[in-house]
Amino acid sequence: MSGMVLHPGHDDLHGITVLVEGTSGRTYVGRWHERQERGVVMRDTAILEPGSDRDAWLAQLRKFGVPPEHRTLVIQAEEFVSVGKF
Amino acid sequence: MPYPELMIAPMRQEVTRLGVQELKTVAEVDAALGDAEGTAFVFVNSMCGCAAGGARPALAKALAGSAPKPGKMVTVFAGQDLEATARVRSYFGAYQPSSPSAALMKNGEVVAFIHRHEIEGRSPDQIASAITAAFEAHCA
Repeated sequence: MSGMVLHPGHDDLHGITVLVEGTSGRTYVGRWHERQERGVVMRDTAILEPGSDRDAWLAQLRKFGVPPEHRTLVIQAEEFVSVGKF
Repeated sequence: MPYPELMIAPMRQEVTRLGVQELKTVAEVDAALGDAEGTAFVFVNSMCGCAAGGARPALAKALAGSAPKPGKMVTVFAGQDLEATARVRSYFGAYQPSSPSAALMKNGEVVAFIHRHEIEGRSPDQIASAITAAFEAHCA
């Protein structure tokens, strides 16, 4: 299924669980919905604040899944640094 | 919001034709999972084409293999059978909701869990291997 886009009008990452780095130092893990001019729209997203133990947090998410802390979240364009598959 | 049943029916049948019991009510979930003894495999089905479209064929491949099988195999359809899905998830303890996903339970505890993020972008063969590995580890 890799590379297959089954949602017309959306990009390759649509529906994929991703890790986004923010300029604030926050880490976001959730499902990529779409990129807009104002930023990135994410679904069912968990956020780690700067200064927390990121490795432990990511290990927790990998084992138990991503807690849907934010059903829909917009990461503003100026906050967005990078994205990668979780 | 639930999708028209006409769209969903083939996705349900892709799983139930494998001999997996579909649970549509809270009572059915409790009847299936309330008795904690033994092993139970729970497949959380989903409309999502890019993930569930790989998970359902993977389940078929895993069940066609020679690995030992769980004592029970059940499924719920997330986004459609809302109360049954919520009830099933109540049996998953600390594991977060996602769909599609799959859990293998043994004596009432989750012993293996395949999250949506472990299904996305993977081939049915890769997903089937994960299911089979769980069966081999816990169902012998």
